Amino acid sequence: MKSSLLFDFTIDKATKTVLVIREFAAELSLVWDAFTKQEILDQWWAPKPWASKTKYMDFSVGGRRFYAMVSPEGQEHWAIQKYTSISPKNNFKFFNAFADKDENPELPGSDWDLNFSEQNGTTTVRVVITNESLARMERMIEMGFTEGFKMTLNSLEELLTELSKQTELT
Amino acid sequence: MDLRRDVFQAIADPTRRAILLLLSTQALTAGAIAANFDSSRPAVSKHLQILTACELVSQEQIGREIYYHFQPEKMKEVDDFIKPFRQLWEQRFNQLDNLLSAIKEQKDEK
Repeated sequence: MKSSLLFDFTIDKATKTVLVIREFAAELSLVWDAFTKQEILDQWWAPKPWASKTKYMDFSVGGRRFYAMVSPEGQEHWAIQKYTSISPKNNFKFFNAFADKDENPELPGSDWDLNFSEQNGTTTVRVVITNESLARMERMIEMGFTEGFKMTLNSLEELLTELSKQTELT
Repeated sequence: MDLRRDVFQAIADPTRRAILLLLSTQALTAGAIAANFDSSRPAVSKHLQILTACELVSQEQIGREIYYHFQPEKMKEVDDFIKPFRQLWEQRFNQLDNLLSAIKEQKDEK
């Protein structure tokens, strides 16, 4: 991570919320697109070596994104995101639920609130995830654990290649 | 009530978190702990019972008094559990960083 850019991560068990704040060295419209356009979203949403596979995405109020996190072995963890509010280039909210491959949601789910703001060419994204139950929150962290664990198995070599590419670009 | 006794159960309650903070600097008796809270003495005892069951505090008998000690190593479980989830977000956003700079490069070339 570029050390100059803010990254804040807080889990509050009492309020069942996860708060993630991150700055990006890019203009707001670009960051907004990265979060709201399927073809860009699928390129970064899943931590490698996982892959994000969106079956369909209708970014409009009442619309949905149905997607899976795919493990290197091909195991699919499906989820549905139903957009409940969109204020272009400022904020959007969705209700997130894990699901089976046939789009049957597993309730309870979680409410996501994503806020975007730009200052001097740096865009700040603030994500608040509120879970309907503590068990749901634990499930979400466990899923993150599974994905995070696979991720750490990712070879150091790949990471170093990424980093050197990044250095060449700048 | 949820009867699971794990470290997450222990820290889910604000009074128990405050008790842990108190005990992190010194060992105290139940009475001395209760003096810091508006809650009733039995309520504080109940919290101490849960914290003991979760192995976040240990009891030590000194004379006629029982002192409660904080067991910090148990808190590491929370950290270990959450770390990969935090890393997931870190990695996700690092990937987005790379993608954003790649998109910007492309735009500049045009």
